[in-house]
Amino acid sequence: MTAEPTVTTTIDARGSFCPGPLMELIRGMKEAEVGDVLAVLSTDKGSKTDIPKWIGKAGHNLIGVFTRDGFDEIIVEKTR
Amino acid sequence: MKRVVVLGGGVGGTLAANLIARKLKREISSGQAKVTVVDVTGSHAYQPGYMYIAMGSEKAEKLVRPEKSLLDGNVELVIDGVTKIDAAGGTVSLASGVTMSFDQLVIATGSRILPGELANFEGEAHHFYTAEAAADLRKALDAFTGGKIVIGIAGIPYKCPPAPLEVAFLIESELRERGLRDKTELTFLSPINRAFTIESVSDMATPIFAEKGIKLELLAGVGEIDAERKVVITDAFEEHPYDLLICVPPHKGAQVVIDSGLAPKSGWLPTDRATLQVKTVAKPAPGVADEDVPRYPNIYALGDGTDLPLSKAGSTAHFEAPIVAERVSAAVQGREPEGKEANYTGKVMCFFEVGDGKGTLLQFDYNHPPKPPKPSALWHIGKIMFNKAYWRTVPRGRV
Repeated sequence: MTAEPTVTTTIDARGSFCPGPLMELIRGMKEAEVGDVLAVLSTDKGSKTDIPKWIGKAGHNLIGVFTRDGFDEIIVEKTR
Repeated sequence: MKRVVVLGGGVGGTLAANLIARKLKREISSGQAKVTVVDVTGSHAYQPGYMYIAMGSEKAEKLVRPEKSLLDGNVELVIDGVTKIDAAGGTVSLASGVTMSFDQLVIATGSRILPGELANFEGEAHHFYTAEAAADLRKALDAFTGGKIVIGIAGIPYKCPPAPLEVAFLIESELRERGLRDKTELTFLSPINRAFTIESVSDMATPIFAEKGIKLELLAGVGEIDAERKVVITDAFEEHPYDLLICVPPHKGAQVVIDSGLAPKSGWLPTDRATLQVKTVAKPAPGVADEDVPRYPNIYALGDGTDLPLSKAGSTAHFEAPIVAERVSAAVQGREPEGKEANYTGKVMCFFEVGDGKGTLLQFDYNHPPKPPKPSALWHIGKIMFNKAYWRTVPRGRV
């Protein structure tokens, strides 16, 4: 099992409805540097499918989708 | 004397002020209460009509009236800008230098479009969020003889969520009528993973894109506009060349609520979904439940300016206004809010054009997603009739 990388920025989008968490991540990615690792916290159940799909389309590196206590955490590395 | 101050003379502010004045008629006539609307322009614009300017069936002059003509005779109108809201001190500072105190405050300052926040938007992209921009888009459509039309969205939330879809459908119909359809490639860029934020509406709209031969691209928010190459670059780095670009500009809430520390930099006021009271902090700290965040007991928000997960549309403000009016009036009269207007249920109702003289109706609340009926001429006519009847009905609280 590999260790989870150090997160540069956490975007707490809990309580935000679809598409809020995705939009927050897109905004965060624009402000981040290549190599930064961003974590999005979301309570919206659509996030764990929609956000990885966007990450794939944008060509960033999806590190993982983790189920936490009452929310999901999606971790991504900005690659471009 | 209890002073009620309403900031903004759009749908929400005007209707809320009129309903409050009606409920406080006795208190106003006896000098125990005063209701004031502060609006920077003194004009009331019917913004849903702008799209029809772009479609060639509406005139700008028909979409604006003096705010005073829509207000109850018991409501005072102050034409001035608002520079600062002191929530704790109970005052509002105006651009003219006047400081106005309030016992109850209604913030109906709406949303702003910020085309300048996206490089090359101005000069390259058309939109329909002002009368002037809609008229320019009309000119561009008149001059269009074929090529690539791209319709996109630069950020969520934005005013009137169905509007870009409606524009895509209406333009497609128009191009067919003008014999230009075969010469035109139409692309719609949706920033999310479906055609529309609300799933049931998305399910209704997606087949219409296919029927009309409009390319629907998902997860394709407008990220950049390359003016030299005439290409839209999405926030997932995909490129879509255009000859005519129509784009929803970035939106934010009013600057004054950001400057006054009431809203985060997005400008959307943290608002209680039932009472419409403004929350005292923009975002609760991790572990703090939303219901534990204190609300300002005497400050309300409605319309586009809230952070509620609802359409930014006149209809939302229209159905929120009776709740604000009931709560503000109850506070002035020293009673508890009562009846079905004590709490907002998230009710929104709006029409949705699909082109070819057809439309549908979106009606929903927090607990009931919309079930749009099959598009028909009825709902298109309903929308046109509603737009014409607006001035005599909505601001005056007649519907």
